[in-house]
Amino acid sequence: MNPEVVQNILEKHNEGQDGLISILEDIQNHFGYLPQEALQIVADKSGQALVDIYGVATFYKSFSLKPRGKHLMSVCLGTACHVRNAPFIVKEFEKQLGIRAGETTPDREFTLETVNCLGACALGPIAVVDGHYFSKVKTVKVKEIINEALAGFDKIEIKTDQRIFPIEVSCPRCNHSLMDRNNLVDGHPSITVTASFGSKHGWLSLSCLYGSYNVSSEHVIPIDTVLNLFCPHCHAELISGSNCSECGAPMVPMIVRGGGVVQVCLRRGCKGHLLDLGE
Amino acid sequence: MINLTINGLNVSMEEGMTILEAAQFLGFPIPTLCSKEGLSPYGACRLCLVEIGEGDRAKLVTSCTYPVQEGLKVRTTSKRVDRARRMIIELHLASCPQSKIIQDIASKYNVRQQRFRQEHEDCILCGLCVRMCEEQMVAKAIGFRGRGETRSIGTPFDIKSDVCRLCGGCMYVCPACSLRCTFSEPDKAICGACANIAAPCLDKDKFGDLMCYMDPCVACEIEK
Ligand code: FES
Ligand code: FES
Repeated sequence: MNPEVVQNILEKHNEGQDGLISILEDIQNHFGYLPQEALQIVADKSGQALVDIYGVATFYKSFSLKPRGKHLMSVCLGTACHVRNAPFIVKEFEKQLGIRAGETTPDREFTLETVNCLGACALGPIAVVDGHYFSKVKTVKVKEIINEALAGFDKIEIKTDQRIFPIEVSCPRCNHSLMDRNNLVDGHPSITVTASFGSKHGWLSLSCLYGSYNVSSEHVIPIDTVLNLFCPHCHAELISGSNCSECGAPMVPMIVRGGGVVQVCLRRGCKGHLLDLGE
Repeated sequence: MINLTINGLNVSMEEGMTILEAAQFLGFPIPTLCSKEGLSPYGACRLCLVEIGEGDRAKLVTSCTYPVQEGLKVRTTSKRVDRARRMIIELHLASCPQSKIIQDIASKYNVRQQRFRQEHEDCILCGLCVRMCEEQMVAKAIGFRGRGETRSIGTPFDIKSDVCRLCGGCMYVCPACSLRCTFSEPDKAICGACANIAAPCLDKDKFGDLMCYMDPCVACEIEK
């Protein structure tokens, strides 16, 4: 572990006086886990007691004190996925990888985790591998997913990113369509959601052409703002556990008509997005 | 001064006092496990329940964390309080049947059965030691870790802490780690009440140096 990295992170966060969780998140993003020495440095520099920091680090499931593998596989065990056989999916992953949930393979390739609801219940059971959503997972598909992860998703992604085609999406919570036929962007019905940033709150329409970044909105949104998006029908916040691979901001999941999930980066101006089409 | 009624008695108490302090001041007994003078109230053990309010709006609150209020009507023992309290004692007993302090409270409140699976935990997560370490010893060597089922108390990374001075304060306040008398049946959770028959130190030499549970000690009285 390089102590300088931790020092830099602390400096960025106002000499460690800012929120502890964001400091720990940055450390974990860099090392993949929270090394013991790093926590000690945070304690010394910020003047907080090590017990308190350790308490926070062990309280939240997203923090790990043990080194994790290159590929992170999270299988959803939330209520909706649970009743659709998710426990068997977990068992299959355990069998294929030879580890238990929460463990890392000895070669540090894979970490298997269970999570409670990823906000895409209608498509359950859900597995997320390195930020890619797999919907309606069946036990027979598990092997395939692991192989795909080993091969690396990035190559596959570039291909799909080049294409421009319209998609129709719906809310991952209530499954209500988000398409707005009265509000056209790029000549197609737009994806309309409620966006809020700062104290502003209003509609935001995204182009439904995958690969196009045109939007129109009620308020002018300055570049680089990280938005909060809400479903205009059920008012649930659209949020997933994964972060944009380009800028680190959170991503929002939306369900694609016909199966699959599209994820869009919440930062205005960032072009990070992913499309995972099921079967 | 704040006027309230405790068990039908009109009293006036200083502002900022908790119901527990007021009741203790007046001599109404309320059992506690996680509250100690000199440490901030925490409300973890739920043993100090009292009933406040009247009729439909009556509710149970933990007296150690509830400040006295103007016009409040408090009952430290009512049917409802008693039922709830005994259930809590039973639950504590299930998680820590070996604790002398919990055993004593159980026998005092006439808990004569124990319907839950015994866990033999060595901690009831009352947080006394954590507060002792932080507030009286100003060390912050131990704290809560994890959450839910896996919540535990200890040092970070389970290694000896740099700030611990081995003062022993945490052990001194711990209600779970003083052992009870296990005279004839070590696995039985409920006190065998041998005290009703004879004092163990008088005619049972097998008792050896195990802790005596009699409060006040009858045997020593007889010997005198
Ligand atoms: S329960 Fe699995 S995504 Fe909600
Ligand atoms: S003494 Fe009040 S909850 Fe423990």
